[in-house]
Amino acid sequence: MASTVGVIFSSLNEEYVPELTKVRSIGSIPYGGRYRLVDFALSNMVNSGITTVGMITKNNYQSLMDHLGSGKNWDLARKEGGLILLPPYSDESETLYNNRLEALKGTMSFLKKAKEDFVVLADSDAVYKLDYSKLIDYHIKKNADITMAYHEHEIKAVHQYLTFGTDKTGRITGIEINNTPVGKCTNNYINLMVARTSFLIRLIQSAIQNGHKSFAKDILCAGVNSLKMYAYKYEGYYANIDSLSAYFKANADLLKKDVRNEIFGDRDIYTKINDSAPAKLTETAKVKNSLISDGCLIEGTVENSILFRGVKIGKGSTVKNCVIMSENIVGENCNLAYVVSDKDSVIRDNRVLAGCEQQPYFINKGSLI
Amino acid sequence: MLRKKECVAMLLAGGQGSRLYALTSNIAKPAVSFGAKYRIIDFPLSNCINSGIDTVGVLTQYQPLVLNEYVGNGQPWDLDRTFGGVHILSPYEAKTDTSWYKGTANAIYQNIRFMKMYDPEYVLILSGDHIYKMDYDKMLAAHKEAKADCTIACMEVPLKEASRFGILNTNPDGTIYEFEEKPANPKSNLASMGIYIFTASKLFKYLELDEADPASEKDFGKNVLPAMLKAGEKMFSYRFEGYWKDVGTISSLLEANMDLLGVVPNFELRDEKRVIHSRSPLAPPAFVEGEVLNSIIATGCEIEGKIVNSVIGTNCVIEKGAEVNDCVLMGDIVVKKGAKLNYAIIDEEVTVCENAAVGSVKSEACKVEGKTNGITVLGRGITVGKNAKVAAGDIVDKNVLGGK
Repeated sequence: MASTVGVIFSSLNEEYVPELTKVRSIGSIPYGGRYRLVDFALSNMVNSGITTVGMITKNNYQSLMDHLGSGKNWDLARKEGGLILLPPYSDESETLYNNRLEALKGTMSFLKKAKEDFVVLADSDAVYKLDYSKLIDYHIKKNADITMAYHEHEIKAVHQYLTFGTDKTGRITGIEINNTPVGKCTNNYINLMVARTSFLIRLIQSAIQNGHKSFAKDILCAGVNSLKMYAYKYEGYYANIDSLSAYFKANADLLKKDVRNEIFGDRDIYTKINDSAPAKLTETAKVKNSLISDGCLIEGTVENSILFRGVKIGKGSTVKNCVIMSENIVGENCNLAYVVSDKDSVIRDNRVLAGCEQQPYFINKGSLI
Repeated sequence: MLRKKECVAMLLAGGQGSRLYALTSNIAKPAVSFGAKYRIIDFPLSNCINSGIDTVGVLTQYQPLVLNEYVGNGQPWDLDRTFGGVHILSPYEAKTDTSWYKGTANAIYQNIRFMKMYDPEYVLILSGDHIYKMDYDKMLAAHKEAKADCTIACMEVPLKEASRFGILNTNPDGTIYEFEEKPANPKSNLASMGIYIFTASKLFKYLELDEADPASEKDFGKNVLPAMLKAGEKMFSYRFEGYWKDVGTISSLLEANMDLLGVVPNFELRDEKRVIHSRSPLAPPAFVEGEVLNSIIATGCEIEGKIVNSVIGTNCVIEKGAEVNDCVLMGDIVVKKGAKLNYAIIDEEVTVCENAAVGSVKSEACKVEGKTNGITVLGRGITVGKNAKVAAGDIVDKNVLGGK
């Protein structure tokens, strides 16, 4: 693969899942029993042969740092390159960045130092598996200035989205922001792009000099004619975590064998290793169609649910269609349906809690119910 | 900078483990899988780091490839250190006198230079085939307190089993006045656990004396410890209370795995204070669809069949209609539709095809006499064909053709 450096935004689009990002950045939202959202973009990079990754952080990045550590679980603890955290205030700016362009401004010294010819920019609010080297090969083949990846799915209108039209060659001929009717299936930009490193640096520097504020509007939309922008279609599984119900659904999707095989088969998704004991199911346990992580102790009934590390389900309790994050303790004779429980919560004996698919009942981290 | 370690651990991991039969055909005993996600060596290595010992020599000889790859740079146990850490010590060629390790004492003797690099006050000698959690630091404190030259960890065993062990006969103050290796008529039930702390200078002295003695079998239990006792060195016993199991036989290995089951198990792995570390695989959480009762399951499993009283290792696939009872499955095992497994230990990467039957139900298999007391053993990487039958107590290390 052409030499490429990666940049991951760990903190953009957090406002759409306020429940889960109250105590963490979007990249460190726990997902799928043992992962964090950032694991997907980061593992995609590592599996594509990228060995230098800049991780842009904002506020609330303690939990992300705890997760990433030195990067050794991703084989990114290196003498040359490796995982490099780009915390706020690392350039001369005196305020926190508020948008993608300002965030990129903070990466200038990192990018200027990078020896790699190309740069991949990825967000960490989605679950997908994409070999970025294919995207980069496409970019080189098209001799493009910028190549943007898209996925075809329905517009849900929860936040800013970009859709674009292309000509036969795949060149982008028009970009629209929030201009497609809700419910319509269209080409959605998945906030994943590739450019030549030197080109991106020039682009950002001139945008800053011209006082531009929006990466999407002032650079992408404005550049449709002047820049050679190409669209790359990603056809695999893609789940954007842009609401609590989307989060719930993306977890539940892992109960489907084909999704599990696509996301976890073939190549590993790397994550922080935790030495919990294997899961234990006792003589009273009844488990159906669920994911059970290490460290779980199950004495009750669990159906259609995702249990993260170290979850305890007491005798006589029923947990159906739930996402229970790590170290939750569910007492005896509880009844939980459509509950998303954040880490370290305790649900006392005999509690009955229920939400619905569109609006799961959410329990804050560390609650006592 | 202080280039010195107070205590260095030496882990004897070279034994073949011949009583594990097919399970150790291609790997050393300490590398044998245990408890769904561990290997036996995780226990002494984790005990070391949990006791503040960060310099460990692992002495390998028999089939070391899997063990070497597993231990690697020691990072899973936090034993990747700039000074110290874990080191694999294999036999080496010297200018004169090139040789394999000839016994436990000779293996340590050949690595005196390794230990001396750390200029230790004390040396801890460990075996690689025991399942237990122990704070070696407490034992070291007792050794220092007693101003002993050698301290031997011991525990009480039933008197009728005592003749299988090295037995310590002690004075009321804990000092040892006699050491008997596997005595026919034991005088006490205090068994040596094969865990020794030596004051380093004494260890080096007696290893050199032992090496010079042509009549010696170069064994700690048979030669070095009796010689020290005879010379009047201060030998001290350290009593350990808690779970400890030698997993050197098929039945003890199965039993130790079963000791993990239950809400209050005989041996508890869910212990935040003394975590057993391992090289954890990167698999997703276990997917459970079938009936699973009183069992433990590692990550990456896909379970649609029925599992009772069993230990299921990483990445096992148990298809619909398959049944697994009273078994230990080590990892990467596929049990296809309709296959039935009873009272068996299945090594890694085994495939059991449709409707095959392995072993007999525990209550009947127990009556079978033989090397494994009725436990069926399938060796690494084999395939048991469709409709094939493997009888209770069989040890199989080649593919089994399908039946009708």
